[in-house]
Amino acid sequence: MSPLASTAVDLARIQFATTSIYHFLFVPLTLGLGPLVATMQTIWHRTGDEAWLRLTRFFGTLFLINFAIGVATGLVQEFEFGMNWSVYSKFVGNVFGAPLAIEGLAAFMLESTFLGLWIFGWNRLSPRLHLATLWIAVVGSWLSGYFILVANSWMQHPVGYKIVDGEAQLTSVWALLSNGFALRAYVHTMLAGLIFGSSVVLGVSCWHFLRRHEVDLFRKAAKLALIVAVPVTLLQLVVGNRFGEAVTSAQSMKIAASEAQWNTCQPCGFSLFQIGGFTVDDQTPSFSITVPRLLSYMATGSFDGQVEGLNQLQAEEESSYGPGNYMPNVRVIYWSMRVMAFTGVLMFLVAAVGAWLYWKQKLEQARWFLWTAVGAIAFPYVAATAGWILTEMGRQPWIVQGLLLTSEANSPNVSSTWVAISLGFFIVLYLLLGILDFVLMRRYARPGRPLTSEELPAPAVTF
Amino acid sequence: MDLEIFWFCLIAVLWSGYFLLEGFDFGVGMLLPFVPRNERERGAMFESIGPVWDGNEVWLVVAAGATFAAFPAWYATMFSGFYLAFLLLLFFLIVRVVSFEWREKSESPRWRSVWLWANTIGSTGIALLWGLGLANLIHGLPLDSNGDYDGGLVDLFSAYTVFAGIAFVLVFAFHGASYLTLRTTGDLLERTRVAARRLAIPAAAAGAAFLIWTVVVAIDRNDKDVFPVVVPAVLGIAALTLAALLVYVGRSGLAFTMTALGTIAAVATLFTGLYPRVMVSNPDFANSLDVPGASSAHYTLAVMTVVALIVTPVVLLYQSWSYYVFRARITGEDVHPPTEAMGRRSSGSPAS
Repeated sequence: MSPLASTAVDLARIQFATTSIYHFLFVPLTLGLGPLVATMQTIWHRTGDEAWLRLTRFFGTLFLINFAIGVATGLVQEFEFGMNWSVYSKFVGNVFGAPLAIEGLAAFMLESTFLGLWIFGWNRLSPRLHLATLWIAVVGSWLSGYFILVANSWMQHPVGYKIVDGEAQLTSVWALLSNGFALRAYVHTMLAGLIFGSSVVLGVSCWHFLRRHEVDLFRKAAKLALIVAVPVTLLQLVVGNRFGEAVTSAQSMKIAASEAQWNTCQPCGFSLFQIGGFTVDDQTPSFSITVPRLLSYMATGSFDGQVEGLNQLQAEEESSYGPGNYMPNVRVIYWSMRVMAFTGVLMFLVAAVGAWLYWKQKLEQARWFLWTAVGAIAFPYVAATAGWILTEMGRQPWIVQGLLLTSEANSPNVSSTWVAISLGFFIVLYLLLGILDFVLMRRYARPGRPLTSEELPAPAVTF
Repeated sequence: MDLEIFWFCLIAVLWSGYFLLEGFDFGVGMLLPFVPRNERERGAMFESIGPVWDGNEVWLVVAAGATFAAFPAWYATMFSGFYLAFLLLLFFLIVRVVSFEWREKSESPRWRSVWLWANTIGSTGIALLWGLGLANLIHGLPLDSNGDYDGGLVDLFSAYTVFAGIAFVLVFAFHGASYLTLRTTGDLLERTRVAARRLAIPAAAAGAAFLIWTVVVAIDRNDKDVFPVVVPAVLGIAALTLAALLVYVGRSGLAFTMTALGTIAAVATLFTGLYPRVMVSNPDFANSLDVPGASSAHYTLAVMTVVALIVTPVVLLYQSWSYYVFRARITGEDVHPPTEAMGRRSSGSPAS
């Protein structure tokens, strides 16, 4: 490959990474805050307690500010496959395009139409119907998550296809939709969404406790957030582990790289931290802390399981696909795995400590914890970003595992100059949008802000 | 009928749905700086499309997704070929989406004015670029024997394609004005009527010229006969002419129906003129992408046909219901800026 072509691929990869990570800062909050706001409105509907209406309006506003930017950046993702990855698009369109089209028709239509009804329907729909519109919008967003993960999982673990004239063609839509990889990824991602939603609700509530602002109101919100966060963060640790097993069977190289496991082992220890040992020339770490047998358990479900090493897998792939380097960037994969897993544990600890303090009725006084909970809003963002880096960079050098190489999948007619222009364009635009979004979110989440008419009870009498 | 032809038609239907619905949203956006006189009226104009614009935009998401799934080569060549134009298009799409939700989140007049203009510029830019882009499909682009785009940004600009962009802008502005005559009241209604009358003749003339030119381009550059391309073109010209007349006699409902039909006829003319190709190649006509060459295999199309036949009627049903819910004219009286604090709301009643 010429150096110029390689630059174009690299730039296109950086661009896809930038735009999709950015997009996924907003999507999981939509997925998680949606059902929480809908729950708040449901409680108001059931009990008639005005506090829950105010909370619905308060967090509903944050939900909508965040939703807008998620929609806007989602359009970029749909265009980007064709713009930067035309060879990929032609290769996968038969299989990958279908869930994308169905996502639009079956999920986005539902989400956008019913969200419009919810936002503007306060005085036009009966309370019961108005509540239903929000739940339907939530169903739409959760459906969209399923279809996009079906598409993504096919890149990780292709199923239900045959190759005809150099193109993948669908042979079984059932295999595509019930791909075990996709189902596990779906549960993992939706739980991540709920963690996003509950940590934002908890963090914002704790911010209000710190300023002694509307303490009674936000105690209700904090309780709801903790009821969700404790089981969900715990469950996520289990599900993340089960997801790892699916990756082991579909993408052994990704698991080996995420553990910097150069040689096949049985049983295998889990490296918690290590210095060195991340490159072919430097395979032995100069320092490491390892938990015996834990990797075997995490990768295979058995404490005696065998995990294949990078060197062996490289040899196997060379014999299947010809000479080449089939290993991802081990250092990045190793650390993204750890950042994700460690923040995952931290999020559980925050939720558990918060629940304990709440139970002891000390939550609003424990200022050290309140500050921690505000800071902990960042954790799901860090974990999700690390998770996607692990998933997508761990698949390299493949764009579709075992079928198409990333280096051969970009648009041949798009010059590296054009890709560089668009990359610069997105970085500048996204930075600006990100700053404005942060300012708006902060402004609408902050304690002491005067109540807005959106958060007041819907006017019963108009004149 | 072959499934690939069915999907070619369905994609035309999706584009029609997108332009029919989002077209008036664009028109409302274009008129935002010119028609309202105060914040209350600006709020009313935003509210006239507030509940529905997002659902309307999803028609584009589905059109693009369906093209990807049913005609991967078309999607790949078009999106990589229109690279810089689509980059600009994404800019317009993004600032417009954000403007809807963010504008009302601050009371600062400067902030509101920035997002109002973002909506206007976004709406105009999107209409212009879609006109330019779709016209290029039929006018022809340099494609290589691999079916890849082999030109630059300048190749997208020709008298016909630029005119198509302008015609799209004018027709949508008119479509939006006639929509507003159905949704507003009082002074604002009077001014939207004036706007619709002023736009009627330029829009109908530009639309008609675009339709005639499209028929000529289809014959000249895509090897088509006069029939059947001329049929939707004539219907479109008739609809737009009638729309202009109806606006002058004050029949708002019928006028809007006619601008809607004109929009659908324009898409129908483009796609009838395009068939059996999906992207015309020029100068090497033989390199053109056609329906059988660009389409997915039968199985994928069959699966998607089943999904489309089940889901589309349901979508149409609930989207229609949403229009029914928001059918009342907007008085502007219940458009309180949502950021307004309670204390000030009682003292500062909206200017009227």
